Amino acid sequence: MFDVIQFSSLGEFLNMGGYAFNVWAVYALFVVFFSVNLYYPLMRKRHIFSEQKRRLIVNKEMNPKNDDNKEVENLATHVGGEDV
Amino acid sequence: MWLWFSKLGSPKWFYELSGKWLPWLVGPMAFLLVVGIVLALLFVPPDYQQGNTIRIMYIHVPFASISLAFFPLMALAGTITLVWRMKLADIVAKTAAPLGAWFTALALASGSIWGSDIWGTWWIWDGRLTSMLLQLFLLIGVISLRSALEDAEAAAKACAVLSIVGCINVVVIKYSVDWWNTLHQPSSPFSVSNEAPNPPEVWVPLVIMIFAVYLFFAVSLILSIRNEILVSERRSEWVQQLVQGS
Amino acid sequence: MSIQRTTTIKAFQATLRRDLLIAYKRKNDVINPFMFFLIVATLFPIGISPDPDRLSEIATGVLWISTLLASLLAMDNLYRADYEDGSLEQLLLIPHPLYFMVMAKNVAHWLISGLPVVLVSPLIAYMLNLPAESFGTLFITLLLGTPVLSLLGSIGVALTVGLGSRGLILAVITLPMSVPVLIAGTLAVQQTLNGASLAGYVAIMGAMLLASISLAPLASAAALRISVN
Repeated sequence: MFDVIQFSSLGEFLNMGGYAFNVWAVYALFVVFFSVNLYYPLMRKRHIFSEQKRRLIVNKEMNPKNDDNKEVENLATHVGGEDV
Repeated sequence: MWLWFSKLGSPKWFYELSGKWLPWLVGPMAFLLVVGIVLALLFVPPDYQQGNTIRIMYIHVPFASISLAFFPLMALAGTITLVWRMKLADIVAKTAAPLGAWFTALALASGSIWGSDIWGTWWIWDGRLTSMLLQLFLLIGVISLRSALEDAEAAAKACAVLSIVGCINVVVIKYSVDWWNTLHQPSSPFSVSNEAPNPPEVWVPLVIMIFAVYLFFAVSLILSIRNEILVSERRSEWVQQLVQGS
Repeated sequence: MSIQRTTTIKAFQATLRRDLLIAYKRKNDVINPFMFFLIVATLFPIGISPDPDRLSEIATGVLWISTLLASLLAMDNLYRADYEDGSLEQLLLIPHPLYFMVMAKNVAHWLISGLPVVLVSPLIAYMLNLPAESFGTLFITLLLGTPVLSLLGSIGVALTVGLGSRGLILAVITLPMSVPVLIAGTLAVQQTLNGASLAGYVAIMGAMLLASISLAPLASAAALRISVN
């Protein structure tokens, strides 16, 4: 079923029978969108982590007596902050 | 069963579970994408009408079909937010909106590029394009509303209401635009090949790509949800331990 | 003095009467949207072409779009003044279903802004060279459609009532929702000119009206409760 590659040369493949711009533009858009969409959340996660680390350090410096890090609040699973 | 349901609402539980599941989603996604794209670009025979541009269908159709799912997803998440006040549901709604806008925009752009040679124009006011454009506007409206309201809790509920109203509206818009279109346009020269019965060389890669893009959507959504959880739960102990441990 | 419990109907009437009275005293709020409608409808022939044939082609669309935009402008009045002086909160505290209070405000709003547009539409249609046999159809479709626009717009306004400058976000939310009404209204006029029967279009617009009457105030009420708290 899938034994025939439809293009006989690389040139033909890139040319796409005259529709080179259309086909490659769409696939390029897809590749860009795909990469950005996977890259951006990972970058953001790294940023969140480093930001939080920085905050924890600052917090510790400001409250040296605070063993338990009183910034901790109850886990909130519900909108509005009620307890489960 | 209710225990499972309320556990489902716990962001921490979702974060840990999704952390375990993610590799199982990314693997198949990558595999299906590679297979699908290779098949689409190299092995699918050119269409007798549309030539090699038929290969665009393998990007355009998956994106277009997933774009239709966003409003129902957001309406469902919104309903859960309003009824059970589950924070996780609101996080899903919040992350789904911009993702949906991008998917819809890409569906429109790929369709437009596809049509530029086939129809001879970059834009055509047919039923499908017009209703997808309006859906894009509605999505942008929801995103605007979220950022316009400062109080996070009010924003969550307001966007939930708007998503539910918008979901009903998207359906009504689709029908009315189709109706409008059939009365105004002569039958369009553009016929979507994947509606006619097709040999397997044509539809098998399409099915593969649809699954692949669905997985891509799931992976993107989960990654964004995880980030949102980290931000909204940042004061909780488990997040702090996570951060310190890294 | 004995304490009387009012019925929901009485509360409805009281809210309606209050809104109409306010409108009567602040005539500007009534006249401005109406003038906006007239001016916008006039801009189209100026901007496009005064040629009678071309005008008659676009007349229906021009009228409907002008109506749409004017209703958007008039929406602002619906809840803002009440929100600012606190009476909106009072409205939410009334021990009657909020659905009816919202309905009362929507009815008042339509009487003030939608109905005048409907009444003057044959005149503007004449100026825009719409064929005379369509006047009746236009009138009926506007009569059925403008309340739907009010009801839908009320949802958008209720969601954004707390915001400061919200003209544009209101448009972004409400206009896409109004597209089905626009389509039905314009198609009705154009197709009856081509010989289609009016009954089908009246049925569709009637269905839209009934659906909005039953559902839209619920969404508005929910949105009001969210926005005011």
